[in-house]
Amino acid sequence: MAKIKGVIIVDKERCKGCDVCVSSCPFGVLELSTMVNSKGYNYSQMVNEDCIGCANCAVMCPDSCITVYRQKQE
Amino acid sequence: MAGLKVEIKKENLVYKRTELLTDNTMHYCPGCSHGTINKLVAEVVAELGIEESTIGITPVGCSAFAYNYIDIDWIQAAHGRACAVASAVKRLHPEKMVFTYQGDGDLAAIGTGESIHACNRGENITIIYVNNATYGMTGGQMSPTTLMGMKTTTSPQGRDSSLHGYPFKIADMVAHLDGVSYVTRQSVHTAAATRKAKKALKKAFEKSLANKGVSFIEFVATCSSGWKMSPVASNKWLEDNMLQAYPVGDLKDI
Repeated sequence: MAKIKGVIIVDKERCKGCDVCVSSCPFGVLELSTMVNSKGYNYSQMVNEDCIGCANCAVMCPDSCITVYRQKQE
Repeated sequence: MAGLKVEIKKENLVYKRTELLTDNTMHYCPGCSHGTINKLVAEVVAELGIEESTIGITPVGCSAFAYNYIDIDWIQAAHGRACAVASAVKRLHPEKMVFTYQGDGDLAAIGTGESIHACNRGENITIIYVNNATYGMTGGQMSPTTLMGMKTTTSPQGRDSSLHGYPFKIADMVAHLDGVSYVTRQSVHTAAATRKAKKALKKAFEKSLANKGVSFIEFVATCSSGWKMSPVASNKWLEDNMLQAYPVGDLKDI
């Protein structure tokens, strides 16, 4: 069966670590990093490969730092 | 990340930052609803292809600096007078799309008179009203829209009707005016709500472009710094409390 796989790219420097994307993800793909960016925020990152590319995180992101890609897996 | 089978190419793109947003980092606090709403405005303007003919009026408040983030023409109005400035701009340039972007301190407090009369005159503008029930920029003081019993820095015992009156539901009020063609209340606390809000915003802009009178769109928003909560807790609190007093949905659509 064909599966949909997604991937997100977070602009780490723009991220303010508000955690809104983490709570909006239906598959628990995102978590805040233990590392910080140059502003001192724990930025958001992908921690597993369950992403389906629904773009909930990107729609919710107040700083528009998430780009989402999606592809059908044959 | 190793093992991912998604190719990073244009055909697979689902969502990216709209190019109408500038590269400036927003000054809003982490998780602020203003960031999401600014993004929705930019996306809707870009989708309608009216970047060159849109004029926004910014208020005084946190959103005063919206002109730094969306690459369209802006005018910064005096406190509360955004609707009056927008009326003038629209009358002088009837072919332009004119909208105001105001908070509750601007639209529902100091600028109530200007806002209501612009609605009553039926100016062909869109009014974007962001209601976070607090004066966010100045440190979380009580605003006219603060909920009953809600604690703020100037109502530490909670809002008391005998002392402070009742929450001001300005969207319900302007819905009764004949000059207003579209009144809706939306929120951006979940992805589904944000998508719905974007559709409503697009509809409001389309109505303004068709010169159908005032389109009034209220966003029930969070102010995590003013409410002294985390952004995620604020979104939950909004759902549990704010949406009871300010239920989302269309109030008028003609």
